[in-house]
Amino acid sequence: MILLLQYTLLFASVLTLVALGGCFSEHSGVINLGLEGIMVMGALGGALTLKYISPSTPKFLIIVSVMLVAIAVGMVYSMLLAFACINFKADQTLIGTALNILATALASIIAKSINVAEDPNNVSSTVQYVATKKALVVNFGSFQFNWFMLVAVLALIASYVVLYKTKFGLRLMACGEHPQAADSVGINVYTMRWAGVLISGLLAGLGGIVYITAGVGEWKFENGVAGFGFLALAVMIFGQWKPVNIGLAALLFGFFRALSNVYSGFDFLTTLNIPGSVYNMMPYIISLIVLAFTSANSRAPKAEGIPYDKGSR
Amino acid sequence: MSANKNTNTPKKSFLANSAVQSFLASIVCIVIGLLIGYIVLLLINSKGANDAILSILKNFLNYSSPATAKKYFGNTLVKAAPLLMCALSIQFCYQTGLFNIGAAGQYVAGAGACLFCALSFKLPWYLCLLAAIIAGGIFGIIVGFLKAYLNVNEVISGIMLNWMGLYSVNMLLAKVKETASPYTMTLASTNKAAIIPSLGLEKLFSNNKYVTIAIPLALIVAIVLKIVLSKTVFGYEIKATGLSKDAAKYSGMKEKKNIILTLFIGGALAGAGAAFLYLTGYEQWEVTQSSVPSMGFNGIAATFLGGLDPIGTIFASYFIQHITSGGAHLDKQIYPAQIADLISSIIIYLCGFAFIVKFIVNRKLNEKVSKLGYPPENKDNKDENEEGGKKE
Repeated sequence: MILLLQYTLLFASVLTLVALGGCFSEHSGVINLGLEGIMVMGALGGALTLKYISPSTPKFLIIVSVMLVAIAVGMVYSMLLAFACINFKADQTLIGTALNILATALASIIAKSINVAEDPNNVSSTVQYVATKKALVVNFGSFQFNWFMLVAVLALIASYVVLYKTKFGLRLMACGEHPQAADSVGINVYTMRWAGVLISGLLAGLGGIVYITAGVGEWKFENGVAGFGFLALAVMIFGQWKPVNIGLAALLFGFFRALSNVYSGFDFLTTLNIPGSVYNMMPYIISLIVLAFTSANSRAPKAEGIPYDKGSR
Repeated sequence: MSANKNTNTPKKSFLANSAVQSFLASIVCIVIGLLIGYIVLLLINSKGANDAILSILKNFLNYSSPATAKKYFGNTLVKAAPLLMCALSIQFCYQTGLFNIGAAGQYVAGAGACLFCALSFKLPWYLCLLAAIIAGGIFGIIVGFLKAYLNVNEVISGIMLNWMGLYSVNMLLAKVKETASPYTMTLASTNKAAIIPSLGLEKLFSNNKYVTIAIPLALIVAIVLKIVLSKTVFGYEIKATGLSKDAAKYSGMKEKKNIILTLFIGGALAGAGAAFLYLTGYEQWEVTQSSVPSMGFNGIAATFLGGLDPIGTIFASYFIQHITSGGAHLDKQIYPAQIADLISSIIIYLCGFAFIVKFIVNRKLNEKVSKLGYPPENKDNKDENEEGGKKE
């Protein structure tokens, strides 16, 4: 039971972080379908940091450096989306999809090249970081507290404050609702949208490393992040683009995702004799049902997905 | 983008021809994509990079004997046919303004249906193909229904269905797998009637038994789609719905029906694509696979590289499959095969720019024309401008 709680909180943290990323981007008016790809790249950055940092480094330093690298990689990667979609007004769906495929390919290439350089017989795309991963967790009895859970809560609070209580956040949201009006009062829509996408890169990159360190001490990058970026988008829609609701939605989705990891630990679930694939499918089924019920009256930012052109008022 | 078919009036400049523009744009995308791929190869190991990029480009020509080369050319074609079908699925849906990323899942559904019918019910190939078409179509309809009536973003629902499809097909096909391996039983050993006939085509490719009429069938489908889109009322309605859903509704078209029907056809195409591969016996389904087959995603690259035109897509699909198969010839001890995926994803990314560049070129050309005082552009071209206006 404690294991279920632990995984629920972990996956909820991932979903919260990434969904908040999507939330910032969409409030600025850009649909970021590349979240999945950004997660993969952030995860790669973080995993490589964990791999190369010495296990004797103080725990605090390990956590901070892993987070910073994941954030930096995520932000740099999200620039590809910002550049194409904001400055060149490219199709946001197309670019997001390209980034998702590119990320998995690029991450596998980098991981494989590193592995082959170390040992010519190792052609896998797996990165291992068993020793340093211990720095990320603290054990309270059988409950394994992960520092990233705290990070997610802090990110949630920060997002709420930034979006609703600061000049920046209100301006950002104006750009997603009515960019022409925002521009007419002197807000630079392009800058604001760049900021929105970069913040989404920051949070998704961070979410990526949290996701892959949730399990064992290694990750196979050929698999990407198994649609988690899209689950986060479903969480965001379910949470109606509001930080607090997103946090609650993430808990629900995190629970179903956790169930697929630990269902074999529950006697009554194993006696039901449902194949593991059904549990694996659960989060996707739930999100499809939830989307079906919430999308019709969605409170999506009005101008999301529409490239802004100064020339057309 | 859908209205890119200006009839070439003699007064227009060569560059104004949409087909020429699409072709040039695709070539630029390919060149930059390959260049970046080459740079990555250089970064990994500078010594072998030249040979590596050449072996990707040469693909089957890596074999010196013409007979072997022909055989492997056949293999590339065998995999290009399903890719073409997936690309056509995405291309067709894009005409209605829908991004059918669910093609990957519809392809999976088709694979599950055709293999199960072939291995469990022992049905002949045409019935298995039909089952694949229906299964893919149903997956498409779900996305279409959710989009039309409940406003669910088709990309997100598509991705969810991709994963649900993968896990359910894994479960389904586990019933017909070989006892000792995670692969499904072979068609040759279980049900020969389920193999798509070759009608002698294999003789053209050094008796490559995987070369079947699936390849010409895929080509025919592409041509039929071209005709449907450009010559029929249904095709016109689809394009109109894509350009402006509200305008289409206002002029009496049933836009909800069109969305669902388009996605049904899209799903059916992707499902048939899976049958075109798995019913040749070229590949067995691995019931433990944990990622969605990349065929549907490569289809996106082929669609956009083909300039969103069914005929262009034929060549683009071949090219994408050519470099993907070429990637398998790399020395795995030095270079990862994913280089080919990298190149195709960069091509997709660049295609995002291609449209805006085309739009700018057209605007410049139109400005020139209006300054010269020529009469207004023909109707097709006006559509294109309106669409550009909507995008802004």
